[in-house]
Amino acid sequence: MAEDVWLLGATMTKFGKHRDLDLIDLAAEAALGALRDGEVTMKEMGVLAAGNLLGMGGSVGQLLQKQIGQTGIPVFNVQNACATGATALRTVSMAIKAGEADMGLAVGVEKLAGAGHLGARPRRAEPEEWTRTGRFGAVGDTDGRIGTQGMPGVFAQVGMEYAHRYGGADFELFARISEKNHAHSTLNPLAAYTRPMSAEQIMAEPMIAYPNTRAMCSANCDGAAAAVLVGGTRLRTLSPGQRRRAVKITASVLTSDPWEEACQVLPNVNTLTRNAADQAYEQAGVGPEDLDLVELHDCFATAELVHYDNLRLCEEGGAVDFFASGAPWRDGRLPVNVSGGLQSKGHPISATGIANVWEIAHHLRGEAGDRQIEGARVGLAHVIGLGSACGVHILERAAA
Amino acid sequence: MSAQIGRSSQFGQSSQIGQISRIPYVDYLVLGPEPHLVAHECAECGARYFDRRNACASCGGTEFAPADLPTTGEVTSFTIVTAAAPGIPVPYAAAVVDCGGTKVAGNIIGTEPDPGHIRLGMRVALSTYVAGTDGKGVDAVNFGFAPLEDGASEGRN
Ligand SMILES: [Zn+2]
Repeated sequence: MAEDVWLLGATMTKFGKHRDLDLIDLAAEAALGALRDGEVTMKEMGVLAAGNLLGMGGSVGQLLQKQIGQTGIPVFNVQNACATGATALRTVSMAIKAGEADMGLAVGVEKLAGAGHLGARPRRAEPEEWTRTGRFGAVGDTDGRIGTQGMPGVFAQVGMEYAHRYGGADFELFARISEKNHAHSTLNPLAAYTRPMSAEQIMAEPMIAYPNTRAMCSANCDGAAAAVLVGGTRLRTLSPGQRRRAVKITASVLTSDPWEEACQVLPNVNTLTRNAADQAYEQAGVGPEDLDLVELHDCFATAELVHYDNLRLCEEGGAVDFFASGAPWRDGRLPVNVSGGLQSKGHPISATGIANVWEIAHHLRGEAGDRQIEGARVGLAHVIGLGSACGVHILERAAA
Repeated sequence: MSAQIGRSSQFGQSSQIGQISRIPYVDYLVLGPEPHLVAHECAECGARYFDRRNACASCGGTEFAPADLPTTGEVTSFTIVTAAAPGIPVPYAAAVVDCGGTKVAGNIIGTEPDPGHIRLGMRVALSTYVAGTDGKGVDAVNFGFAPLEDGASEGRN
């Protein structure tokens, strides 16, 4: 029987602009916070997994150790698109289940403030002679000339594909999803944006890629999150206070997308999420009806809609009705993204997968303050990154 | 055909032998009197690809044969991109078009790139245009999809 895995300590930094902190400062703030929260030290960690996508090359874990403790333990530097943080957690979880460590630290960190949604690229002038490059043998850029490869456009098409298949979703519906998350963020002091926005205001924002306006896109920002995981055997040797606050990780799943027709022209974010959700429910021995709250990967308003369905929060094709029923509002039947979600809390890519697990744990521990979902016992955290990689964790308040 | 699909012009692309004046923007566009797209079809399972593949992502097979696609289809998803990286002209409408069961990515052209002119389920037909001309006077011809008027000829299928 594999070891149970528990979340012993966790924290996230304020998401937003951190002009005075570099990448490692941010990672260290989260890591030290998680150790403090779990009442343990770096000396007790048997493994470290560090996630970062866009800074400092491949050795953020080792650079972090130099600031918080070089104890000689194995370090895994992980990158898995927007599922990077979830992958760091999953790495530590696997090490504990495999019996190679009884305690470990997962960290995700990113500095993105001011990065914009799009990145910059030099314009390609018309050449003296056309030459074919890449696997399409293209003589020029394909992004923007043969469809779109930018994230806002890709995820806009993901939502519009759902609208075409099942009907009922339009510009205003997507704006109302965003309105919900912006409203939720007003209760989250760690969110990058905490200003409420009406659907009308959201629709009047600059359009990025129809039907997503700027307010419906995830907010680029700086941030870090970290978690200390512990095996059940070790946990039972710790103090009553540590055991009381520990949250059981009843499912930790990572999937990639299986080949399907059309996945070569529009990334399929659905099937791997459905597969991850199904595996997670199976592992945890719960169903969607048992969930008290969900943090899902609303990188765009259009993405949130499809993931209601992919995570089985509604019946197939029923995402529009699920939203219209009020269910995913914080006072609804199944609150979704009470943190404010990526649209409002922010999306420092590699931190996101751990920050959403922290949010769930925060509620299960009854420590979420003004935004506490009363009596929360079971929660699900979901991230997806194009490529694609999907991480799902289910957490449960349980007696150690 | 070998496992490694050739990188260039395997579908026969010159419009005039000896003096080429136009070339397709990508390998999988075939010019000529009836411009159309051609996919690499897996001999084992029928999965189709527009780019060069080392083996089939669906079944692992390594034999591919060219398969012509219908030139008309239905818009199953679209977006109108109004903010993009420098150098990409905006706004433009990007879409996924179902061409006889094979999904194709392309821009919607020949109409205004706004939600009033483009709708889900709309019928469209492949259309070509000159995307640029190099220093030797050779045009690179790209494709897009233009709305079909209701009842208009749907071309080859
Ligand atoms: Zn195949």
